[in-house]
Amino acid sequence: MDRFRMIFQYFQSNSESVMNGICGLLALASVKMYTSFDFSCPCLPQYNMAYGLGIMFIPPIVLFLCGLILNRQSLVMLEEWRRPPGHRKKDPAVIRYMCSSIMQRAMVAPVVWIVVTLLDGKCLICAFSGSVDPEKFAGFANVSTAQVQQLLAKVPCKDEDELMRNNTSRKAVSRYLRCWSQALGWSILLILIIAAFLARWLRPCFNQATLLQARHWSNYIDIEQKIFEETCCEHSRLFAHKCILHFFESMKQEIKLHSFSLPREGERAEGEEDLLQGITDQDQVNKLLKTWYHEKPPLDVSQAHQRHPLVRERSPLPWADSASTHSKFPQHTNV
Amino acid sequence: MDKFRMIFQFFQSNQESFMNGICGIMALASTQMYSAFDFNCPCLPHYNLAYGLGILLVPPFILFLLGFVLNNNISMLAEEWRRPQGQRGKDPAVLRYMFCSMAQRAMIAPAVWVSVTLLDGKCITCAFCTSVPVETLGNASHPHLSQGEIQQVLARIPCKDIYNGQQLIANEVAVRYLRCISQALGWCFVLLMTTLAFLVRSLRPCFSQAAFLKSRYWSHYIDIERKLFDETCAEHARSFAKVCIQQFFEGMSTDLVAARCHLPRKTPADAGEAAEKLLGITDQGTMNMALKSWHRCKPPLHLHPPVLPAGNGWAGEGKPLKHPSASQRETAAYYSWV
Repeated sequence: MDRFRMIFQYFQSNSESVMNGICGLLALASVKMYTSFDFSCPCLPQYNMAYGLGIMFIPPIVLFLCGLILNRQSLVMLEEWRRPPGHRKKDPAVIRYMCSSIMQRAMVAPVVWIVVTLLDGKCLICAFSGSVDPEKFAGFANVSTAQVQQLLAKVPCKDEDELMRNNTSRKAVSRYLRCWSQALGWSILLILIIAAFLARWLRPCFNQATLLQARHWSNYIDIEQKIFEETCCEHSRLFAHKCILHFFESMKQEIKLHSFSLPREGERAEGEEDLLQGITDQDQVNKLLKTWYHEKPPLDVSQAHQRHPLVRERSPLPWADSASTHSKFPQHTNV
Repeated sequence: MDKFRMIFQFFQSNQESFMNGICGIMALASTQMYSAFDFNCPCLPHYNLAYGLGILLVPPFILFLLGFVLNNNISMLAEEWRRPQGQRGKDPAVLRYMFCSMAQRAMIAPAVWVSVTLLDGKCITCAFCTSVPVETLGNASHPHLSQGEIQQVLARIPCKDIYNGQQLIANEVAVRYLRCISQALGWCFVLLMTTLAFLVRSLRPCFSQAAFLKSRYWSHYIDIERKLFDETCAEHARSFAKVCIQQFFEGMSTDLVAARCHLPRKTPADAGEAAEKLLGITDQGTMNMALKSWHRCKPPLHLHPPVLPAGNGWAGEGKPLKHPSASQRETAAYYSWV
């Protein structure tokens, strides 16, 4: 457990590490998904290509969208893009930097899926077995055109019938297509790696200063958003605390007004008295709970507005003159 | 777990150690990739050579470039190479050292792949099966087969299940022959690599050891300096954000007090920590306005000094400095470090 905590802390140390971690997890998930997916080629002339190409391209789109969704920075970037300038100008370089970093990370899992698919070969064999030139392979050269399509479409399915299972031409076609598929997979990987290498090598040659600034401010926006949320959380905790204390206070006063019970004899310790808030028997607690449900207190803890609860309902709402809210009741939070 | 943490910290201690760790992981990954990869010789005359040599040479190249891409030092090297001189001279020996150290580490995974491929033998068998000496190993006097047909038959040697040239040359004989050559090549390659590594390591101190120590020190220094700079910037951004948000909330509540003049605020009896922490926002309307203002009108990136308790500092009357100059000011502070 210690080991996991350490790895977890390492990845949480800054948001870039978190995103790299998510990116890596998605890539592993994509490999795992591919190995556990039960590929079953339909082996029918028109359906093969649709199925093969579908399996090759649709899961990457899904993985790409997942990569965008799981990345917290995409929301931050969208917010930064859409906010009105106000007192703080918007820097397009920062938005571009954030966008490119999000895209790069989201592209990893789809690329891994496509490369693994190509290196494995099943998809391409399924999709293109009908497009192979039958003249190249001895077993298919002398078959009529109509039948050859059917036979070629059955190439990916080994177990269909006895005739096809041990057919050397079927195996030859399968090998041929697989060879192309693997060559394509390795080529794509090579091109991507060369592109990544050139990007990393040549990036400092262009506008390094602008890049440093864009990176710093995009980090800043992220941190600022996090700290703002933490501050709001802290604030709402204190607000809630005060609100509830006021509620108990007012309940205590109401009970005192309405009940003529004898003053309690003996003194409890001050701390206990405080904790019990003056509510000391079942009826009072029930009344308190009922009032909490039926008449929640207004969201206002400034001292000037703490009056008797019955009076409070009739007083004008203090924020009625500000144009910002159109809430009807204090209970709704229009945040 | 303590042991693991120690190992982890050791590898993280500087970029070079970290790269050693990555290098080891990549070497293991390369053997794993090879065993997971389903080698599939096409068994056709001209395709065999291309496929076999492709599998022998393209993945090592990819692994080599990957070793560079994963190394953070590469952008540091390029940055150091391209930066303007300024007040700090540039030492080409340091750049050379960094490049050599990166290249050496990046070479390990490709060397592992090539060795494993050669020792396994499938690639060489696939690539060179059409060049098997039929005269010595088989029955060359087998009649009525043209050169092209012989090539076709030989090309099927790696694919046992479709091989049809048993009379020409026995499949096991050819495969064994090719495999033997492949393994000999493999062991020679391993020997060569190990000898080179040994020579480089043992002869290095004989040549300009002092200059080497200097380059190594300064390249570590550049690495550490960059890391510390990034950490300091992150710390600074955090403090900046805290103060910015605090001033935003203060400004909001001052603004609202100025706006609603009909409700004088009684200083609460417990004007202590709790009231301070509430940042002056004590009702729903104020909070809603604060949140709306946060989105519509973010505060400028300009922290004013913490004075003026009775000031109207945030009534929105023309903040003199806007974002670009604030960032310029911050940037100037950063650049003066270098």
